[in-house]
Amino acid sequence: MSSDKIDVRYVAKLARIALTDDEVERFGAQLGDLLEHVQALGELDVAAVPATAQVVESRNVQRADTVRPTLDRETVLAQAPQRQGPFFRVPRIIAEAE
Amino acid sequence: MDETVSATAASIADAVNAKARSAREVTDAMLAHVDAVDDRVGAYLTRLHDLARAQADRVDARVAAGEKLPLAGVPLAVKDNMCLTGTRTTCGSKILEHWVAPYTNTAVARMLDAGAIPIGKTNLDEFAMGSSCENSALGVTRNPYDPGCVPGGSSGGSAAAVAANEAAIGLGSDTGGSIREPAAFCNLVGFKPTYGRISRYGLIAFASSLDQIGPFARTVEDAALAYDAMAGHDPMDSTSIDRAVESTADHLRTDLRGLKVGLVREFDTEGLGGEIDAVYKKAYADLEALGAEIVEVGLPSAKYGLATYYLIAPAECSSNLARFDGVRYGLRVDAADVGAMYEATRAAGFGPEVKRRILIGTYALSSGYYDAYYVRAQKARTLIAQDFRTAFASCDLIACPAASSPAFPFDSKSDPYSMYLMDYYTIPMSLAGLPAVSVPCGWVKASADSSPMPMGLQLTSPIFSERLLLGAAHAYERATNHAALRGPAVGAPA
Repeated sequence: MSSDKIDVRYVAKLARIALTDDEVERFGAQLGDLLEHVQALGELDVAAVPATAQVVESRNVQRADTVRPTLDRETVLAQAPQRQGPFFRVPRIIAEAE
Repeated sequence: MDETVSATAASIADAVNAKARSAREVTDAMLAHVDAVDDRVGAYLTRLHDLARAQADRVDARVAAGEKLPLAGVPLAVKDNMCLTGTRTTCGSKILEHWVAPYTNTAVARMLDAGAIPIGKTNLDEFAMGSSCENSALGVTRNPYDPGCVPGGSSGGSAAAVAANEAAIGLGSDTGGSIREPAAFCNLVGFKPTYGRISRYGLIAFASSLDQIGPFARTVEDAALAYDAMAGHDPMDSTSIDRAVESTADHLRTDLRGLKVGLVREFDTEGLGGEIDAVYKKAYADLEALGAEIVEVGLPSAKYGLATYYLIAPAECSSNLARFDGVRYGLRVDAADVGAMYEATRAAGFGPEVKRRILIGTYALSSGYYDAYYVRAQKARTLIAQDFRTAFASCDLIACPAASSPAFPFDSKSDPYSMYLMDYYTIPMSLAGLPAVSVPCGWVKASADSSPMPMGLQLTSPIFSERLLLGAAHAYERATNHAALRGPAVGAPA
């Protein structure tokens, strides 16, 4: 494991969080500190060890493809930050044709 | 003195089922107590007076019709990351501050069906990320045993509620210690069952492969009653375990004869200071006096637990919390285009600890770092789980501390990593999916002029062995009864 310096601005862009300059500096130092601590995992010989995603028995679960009751549309849309009729309204995603 | 509020869940249910008291009387007494003391504790973010009284009347009607309910009239505190239809469910976050749940968490629904009364929704570290409750964006919760100290976290509100007699049972969620550490800090029993034993449906996700709901209670018997009511498969959560649940409350033990208890070589308590070390040495001796054979076991990979956890949990959280984007629910901060809207919403809606964990998780999952960090952590997780399997070949239970110190004063852990260290003893069990319980085991003074604060003994056992674990915890509690030595500074019955 290498101890690369974390590019906080780039990672925040991936995570869709706007950061202030102050946060970039503070989080950069704190995350760098945490990454130093996790370097300890480099001591482990894990070449032949399988990865664990889930500890307790798990299997793929399927159910019959039948219609079941769902949340009422009005109940859900009532909590929308902005709605337009039966839709969630969001800022424009595709630019208008020139 | 009205001892209704400090009564155990078992005794309340007995009295209500026998029609000696009504659920409505118990509920009214509890709501009055909460209104009198919670401004000084801050356990609840939302009090549910109307819902509680309506549920109490339903329970009384069912009892009048001849039903016996295992938790009839038992006042319940619900951590505010569990949905309850029609109630605000905030996760202690600005991003969900005004969100009203449109459905009910399965564990909560089962508690209500068993007769419990929802008194309110309790404070937590934002999205359950923290060990002191100080990361809540919506309120301060104080430790009822010393209001200058934290209640622990992340389920600090539910712990403080039960400790201050503002509920008989509290529901928490435990991802890396979030039930066991606050239970230790607040002189309570705190139980995290095997991963998958209790449905996560309607529990707002933090780290899905680790999150597990469990109870806080003032006795092991009460914790067992709550577990029995909640455990079992739920078709709404495909990770909930589809196998028969062994009841626990009717199998509590009075001794530990025939059991081997493992003490972990790597968890020597001498470094924790003389007074704390003495508490644990005494606890281990008490286990032996109850008939247990004490053996030494090794968990050589456990010291990598913290590093493993602080890659896996943030990775899962960065994925789970992607849903909070201002589109369908919760906070939205308007901006010119949709990308800027996401970034501004999440910047304003999340607090610093949540942002840190999303960032570290995003980094650990990002191209070029995925194998070096996330996959390596998953392999370390395998080694930790294997360590436990090896250890349990030579013992039935493992005993160790629940936390390395008693509750600490507010603002005393400003460096994130020093806060993470609070979960050193609880994280390995979470990574291995094991059931684990914290039981009060003694009192220590942080300094010469401070009041004694409670400590917790953690017991853990193989997956699905809840009956053995709670049975043993009850034997220890019954023989030692440390919890009864002192009452809370805030919240004693009036």
